[in-house]
Amino acid sequence: MTDKVATTDQMTKTGVSRRSILKGGAAVAGAALGSGAITGFPTVWAQNIKDVTLRQFGTGVSNLNEVAQKVKEDLGFNLEMTALDSDAVTQRAATQPDSFDIADIEYWICKKVWPTGNLQAMDTSKIKNYDKIVGIFKSGKLTPDSVVAQGTAPNTVGFVDGPDGKAFAKEETGWMTLIPTIYNADTLGIRPDLIGRPIESWTELLNPEFKGKASILDISSIGIMDAAMVCEAMGEIQYGDKGNMTREEIDKTMAIFTEAKKNGQFRAFWKTFDESVNLMASGEVVIQSMWSPAITAVKSRGIECVYQPLKEGYRSWGGGIGLSKSLTGLELEAAYEYINWYLDGWVGGFLMRQGYYSAVPETSKNYMDENEWGYWFEGKEATGDITSPFGDVLAKAGDTRDGGSFYDRMGAVACWNSVMDENQYMVRKWNEFIAA
Amino acid sequence: MTDQTQPVSSTAPAAKARAKAPFSLSRLPDAVTGWLLSLPLVLVLFFFLLLPIAMIVVVSFWGATEFSIYPAFQFDNYEFLLTSPVTYQVFLNTVKYALITWAITLVIGFTVAYFLAFHVRTLTWQIVLFLLCTIPFWTSNIIRMISWIPFLGRNGIANSTLISMGVIDEPLEWLLFSDFSVILAFVHLYTLFMVVPIFNTMMRIDRSLIEAAYDNGASGLQTLTNVIIPLTKPGIMIGSIFVVTLVMGDFITVRFMSGSQKANVGRLISNDIALLQYPSAAATAVILLITVLLVISILLRFVDIRKEL
Repeated sequence: MTDKVATTDQMTKTGVSRRSILKGGAAVAGAALGSGAITGFPTVWAQNIKDVTLRQFGTGVSNLNEVAQKVKEDLGFNLEMTALDSDAVTQRAATQPDSFDIADIEYWICKKVWPTGNLQAMDTSKIKNYDKIVGIFKSGKLTPDSVVAQGTAPNTVGFVDGPDGKAFAKEETGWMTLIPTIYNADTLGIRPDLIGRPIESWTELLNPEFKGKASILDISSIGIMDAAMVCEAMGEIQYGDKGNMTREEIDKTMAIFTEAKKNGQFRAFWKTFDESVNLMASGEVVIQSMWSPAITAVKSRGIECVYQPLKEGYRSWGGGIGLSKSLTGLELEAAYEYINWYLDGWVGGFLMRQGYYSAVPETSKNYMDENEWGYWFEGKEATGDITSPFGDVLAKAGDTRDGGSFYDRMGAVACWNSVMDENQYMVRKWNEFIAA
Repeated sequence: MTDQTQPVSSTAPAAKARAKAPFSLSRLPDAVTGWLLSLPLVLVLFFFLLLPIAMIVVVSFWGATEFSIYPAFQFDNYEFLLTSPVTYQVFLNTVKYALITWAITLVIGFTVAYFLAFHVRTLTWQIVLFLLCTIPFWTSNIIRMISWIPFLGRNGIANSTLISMGVIDEPLEWLLFSDFSVILAFVHLYTLFMVVPIFNTMMRIDRSLIEAAYDNGASGLQTLTNVIIPLTKPGIMIGSIFVVTLVMGDFITVRFMSGSQKANVGRLISNDIALLQYPSAAATAVILLITVLLVISILLRFVDIRKEL
């Protein structure tokens, strides 16, 4: 996992210019438009599509070489993957629209990038499994009676009025900004063997008991959320909306954390996945903000590590695929093809076996065995070894997933990763906190 | 120099063409020759040094939104930078790292160079030992830096050794992710930049001067302070400039070795760039550039390097 995140892979590169193929293939593609996109497997223009190369970039979590290989196998065209950190992804999506065809970004990044007009809305009638996409990404509700969490919830930036819509729509409109691909609920990771007592609340991150053994991630837009979860749990601050704080709320939050930092509460801050794994595995840190696969990575070294569910709920995030504005003709069709394939289950199963969730869980089920489905999705005890797609044993018979089932975890989301109106102010304050 | 640039006459057609209007650099006035000879370097410096710096200065006055920058002439970036107490704290911290690292690398670098130049008698051994010093530089400096992390960690080799020796009971927390570890890494990374120039100047000291000092009854210490150190000054200055500029411009060492807990100016800039705040990063870079130039000009007041070389 760790190595794969860092590498930038390219599938076979064709010597022929992409654009020239595109012109030649456009007419054929037009004829095949209806049939190709809906059946999911191209037939008529199979020869042309072989030469298509789609350039995808995004954060490491879902930019996996295995996906590119499988695309080549199943769909016949090439997918070039570039993995970057979230700051770099935002930067590229906002400033270099011609450098990519497909942007694999998070919903909060979408809120930032959509106004630049670099992405195009997607016609949901071309998405075969649209009806099966989880409610979180459509109405915003997981089940009909759930409440939409604070922050940049995916449904609030998931739709626009029309193909050229600039403003986000409140309901489903048939034009999606991102096709959801991957999401999860984040919480604190702990080392139960070094803590030796139950951890139940976000407040424990600033508990003096863990002085010099705590850590928080140094990515401002996510770190501020974890900080807010802690401050709210401590009862120090009541937020109107943790995902969209006022300047005063930002100041108070950072003041509490700056004081904790000066008192030596934190051992280190981390910015990359690998850093968080190393901090935890080496025992430098016993409680910290963490991502699900990082827990898995620590566990696969034979070290006890728990993704601790907390009573205040989870901080959640979701990602999706967006299409570049400059994508047209055959390539656009190939991109729809790719999206339909993405939601068809293979990728979903691949991601869910690492602990993420797929936007269309029911198709992923076809690519997971009963034991895996029970463990990852239903929160049941494993009946045999649970292995990651890369072959590491993650759990043994009798283990259950931290936090339980899909509905337990995604139903307890307190806040979504977000970008605030006062973002620039927040970023400056965050920088001051890091420098303090 | 000028002779070499003259055309070689064996290239027949070219030689004929030149026979009519012979063109030779040596016929041009000296001033023009001088300018022509320096032209390549001037062009290189212009395009790759002056132009980028000018761009940075220009951009530092621009404005930025969350995802774009726009041309403007405003002082917002400087205003925010110069009115924030964090800026002063961070600059102070940067200077602190530079000073401490400079002092330690100077002592170590001078000692190593002195040993190589005056205690090792044969040239072969001098070269062998000098190359030995450079071996660590065959690996990436990031790797050399990161390898300290498991060594210094709470359960690292340093702590477990000290505990098993009975020197300490509890692991020392300040070994890693602290100013100590940052400076340790700096010293490790940059001492060679002090050794090389000092060794170089020491090798060029005329040995008879040292003989003369002894003959006149100077003690070892007196020879060192009155003969060797003054004659080594240019090397010390060059090494100092290397170390000070490297440390002041660094960001990655501070980030890794302090576990992101400490900040220096380089980190301010890299944070700004990561968040697309290019104008603000440019403004910080300009201030840093001015600071470093000031430091170097102070250093140069002590020694006229040109004269000494």
